[in-house]
Amino acid sequence: MSRRAPAIAVAVLLLAACTPGSDSPGGTGTPPTEVRTDAAALGDVTLTVWDQEVRGGQAEQIKRLNAEFQTMYPNIKINRVSRSFDDLKTTLRLALSGKDAPDVVQANNGRSDMGEFVKAGQLLPLDPWAKAYDWPKRYSDRVLQYSRYSADGKTFGEGNLYGLPQVGEVVGIYYNKAKLTSLGLQPPTTWPDFEAALAKAKGAGELPMQLGNLDKWPAIHVFGTVQGRSVPADQITTLAFGRPGASWTTSENTKAATDLVSWADKGYFNSGFNGQGYDPAWQDFGKGKGVFLIAGTWLQADLQKALGDKVGFMLPPGTAADAQPVVTGGTGLPFAITNKAKSPDAAAAYINFITSQDAMKVLTATGNLPIADTTAQQPPAGLGKDVFAAFGTALDKQGLVPYLDYATPTMYDTLGAALQDLLGKKATPEQFLERLQTDYAAFAK
Amino acid sequence: MGSPPGEPRRIGYLYLLPALLVYGLFLLYPLGRAVHLSLFEWDGISLGKFVGLGNYLEILQDKGLRASFGHALVLIVFYSALPVVIGLALASVLHRAKVRGLGLFRTIIFLPQVVAMVVVAVAWRQIYSPDGLLNDVLRAVGLNGRGWLGDYAFALPAVGVIGTWFETGLVTVLLLAGMARIPRERFEAARLDGANAFREFFAVTLPAVRGEIAVAVTLTVIAALRTFDLVYITTSGGPGTSTSVPSYEVYHRAFELGQVGSAAAIGVCLTVLIFGITFGVNRLADR
Repeated sequence: MSRRAPAIAVAVLLLAACTPGSDSPGGTGTPPTEVRTDAAALGDVTLTVWDQEVRGGQAEQIKRLNAEFQTMYPNIKINRVSRSFDDLKTTLRLALSGKDAPDVVQANNGRSDMGEFVKAGQLLPLDPWAKAYDWPKRYSDRVLQYSRYSADGKTFGEGNLYGLPQVGEVVGIYYNKAKLTSLGLQPPTTWPDFEAALAKAKGAGELPMQLGNLDKWPAIHVFGTVQGRSVPADQITTLAFGRPGASWTTSENTKAATDLVSWADKGYFNSGFNGQGYDPAWQDFGKGKGVFLIAGTWLQADLQKALGDKVGFMLPPGTAADAQPVVTGGTGLPFAITNKAKSPDAAAAYINFITSQDAMKVLTATGNLPIADTTAQQPPAGLGKDVFAAFGTALDKQGLVPYLDYATPTMYDTLGAALQDLLGKKATPEQFLERLQTDYAAFAK
Repeated sequence: MGSPPGEPRRIGYLYLLPALLVYGLFLLYPLGRAVHLSLFEWDGISLGKFVGLGNYLEILQDKGLRASFGHALVLIVFYSALPVVIGLALASVLHRAKVRGLGLFRTIIFLPQVVAMVVVAVAWRQIYSPDGLLNDVLRAVGLNGRGWLGDYAFALPAVGVIGTWFETGLVTVLLLAGMARIPRERFEAARLDGANAFREFFAVTLPAVRGEIAVAVTLTVIAALRTFDLVYITTSGGPGTSTSVPSYEVYHRAFELGQVGSAAAIGVCLTVLIFGITFGVNRLADR
C-alpha cells in the first residue's frame, strides 16, 4: 500500500491541475473605440469566413455577394470555409477557442451557441459599427433582439449586438385553397373565423389540420400560434428569452393550453399525431390531405412544388381583422465577428455588404426570404408572394415573437415533452404550465 | 536460483508494449478522462468547476433519470430475454430439421445485423406510423390502428420489439454454431433412452450451449443498455419522456444542454452497470 500512495497522490494532483476548459484562452470581447468604415483604405486583409450557406439558393447568393465584394474591395481577400449547419454547430466551439480562429462566423442565435460564445468573450459586440453603418435603420428592433446579449451572455434579447442575419423565417398558417373553396369558405381573417373554418372542415369530413408531433418540437409552433391569440406579445417575449419578470402559470397561458387541447378533443388533428413524424405530416398536406397546416416559411419551396397554385400562406389572424400581428418568427443564422479577427473593421464592412439593400435583392433573386427591405422586393410568383407579404407585415408592424424553446438551455426538451403529455391527455393544462414554470423559474432568476 | 526459461520477463512486457500503448491511448485514457470530467460542472467552453461527487448525487436524486434507467431495464427484456428464447427455439428447429437451403435461412435470420441501426430505425418508424404498414394490416383484419410510437402505453414496447427483431438473428446464429459442436452420439444416446424432442432439448442441447447463451446474453444486454440510435431516431425519448434511456441522456446533456460533467457521470454509471451485469452473467455461466 505504501508504495502505491505516492502514485495515487500524483494522480490526484494531476486530476486537480487540469480543470476542463482551462487551456482555452478567454478573450476580452471588447470592441475598438474608433471604427473605420472605409473598407478600401484598410490595406491588404484576408478575411476567413465560416458560413453554412451550402444549399441551392443559399450557396448561390453568398457566392454572388462574395464575388461582388471582392470586385469592390480588391484589397480584402475572402477565404470562405463553408460547412453544413450540423458541422458548423459542432466544430465552431473548438475553432473559436483555437489559435487560428476565423474572422467572421455564422453562429446560431440561441443560448447554447451564441450565448456561450459571448459568455466566453469570443465574439465582438458590433454596436460601434451598428452606429457607424446605421444598422438599426435597416433592421427592425424585433429582428435585432435575436442577436442581442448582455456582455456576460446571461440576458438574451437585449444588450450588445453580436451579429446580423441575412434571412428571416416566420411560423404561419398554410391553407389548401381548393379545399376552402369546396367548403364554401374564404381564407379566414380573424381568429374566430379560423376556428369556425376548422369546425366546418371537421363537419364536412375533411381533416382540419395536419400535425406530426413524433419529433416533439412541431407542437411548439402550434402552441406558440395559439398562445399569440391570448397572451400579450411582451409577455411571450419575456418568457421566450428566459428573462425574469413573467410567469407561465397565468390565466392567459391556461386559456392557450386549454384551447390547444380542445382542438385535439374536437378531432381537428389527424389521429395518432403524437406518433406521426414531422416530414410525413407536411408531405401529407402536400398530397392534399388536410385543410390547414401550421408551419414555418422553410416549407415554402416544397409545398409550392407539391400543391402549385392550390396552396396559400398567411399570418395567424388576430381576434379582429385589424389587430396587430403576433407571430412566432426569427432569423437565419447571424454573421458575427470573432475576438481574434485580424481586422474587425474589414469584417464589419463585409457583414455590412452582405446585408445591404442590394444584397437583399440578390437574396430575393436566388429564392431566399430577405430579412430587411422585405416589402420592397419583387417576390417570386405563387406561394412566395404570400410568404413575402406575411413576413413583411410581421416586420413592419413589429409583430415577431421569439421561439418559445429559446428560453432556457433545457426548454426545447421540457416544452416538447410537456406538449406531448398535454396533447396525449397525460397532463392537464395546469400541470403542463407548472412544468414549464419550474424550468423557466430555475433559469430566469 | 535459476530464472525461468526463455527471455527475462521484462523483455516479455516489451513485446506487449505496442498493444498496451494503443489500448491505453484509445481506451484507458478516454475512460479516465470521462471519470475526470464527471467530477466537474462544465459547459464545454468556459472554465469548469470542481464539484466532486456532486454530479453523481444529482443522478441519484433525478427522478427522470431514474425512470430512464428503468426503461433500459425494460429494454433488456426485449433485447435479451426474448431473443434468447426465440433464438433457442429457432436454432433447435433449424438444427434438427434437415431443411434444404439452411444457409439461406441462416442468412435471412442474420440479415438485420448487417443493416445499420439508423436504417433499421427509419424503416420501423414508417412501419409504426399512423398510416404505416402495421396499421394497414390491423385495419385489414378489422382492428383499430394507432400512432404506436406516440402512444404512452405502447411506445416503449414498440421500440423494444425493434430490438427483439434486430437481436434474434445474432442469437440464433450463435446458438446454431454452438449446437453444431454437440457430438452426434449424445443425441443418439438420448434417443435410444427413449427421449422425445423436448427431453432431448432440455437434457442435451440446452446444457451444451450454456456458453453460447452466456455470450448471447452478454452481447444483447450490452446492446440494450447502450441503446441510443434507435431511441434518438424513432421517438427522441417521447412521448413525454416515456422512452428516454441513459445513453440518450448522455448525448442530450453533453451536446444539447452543455452539461458535460453530468453527462460524463451518467456515462460512468452506465459503464459500471454494464460491467457489473456482464460480470454477473459470466460468473453464472461459468459455474
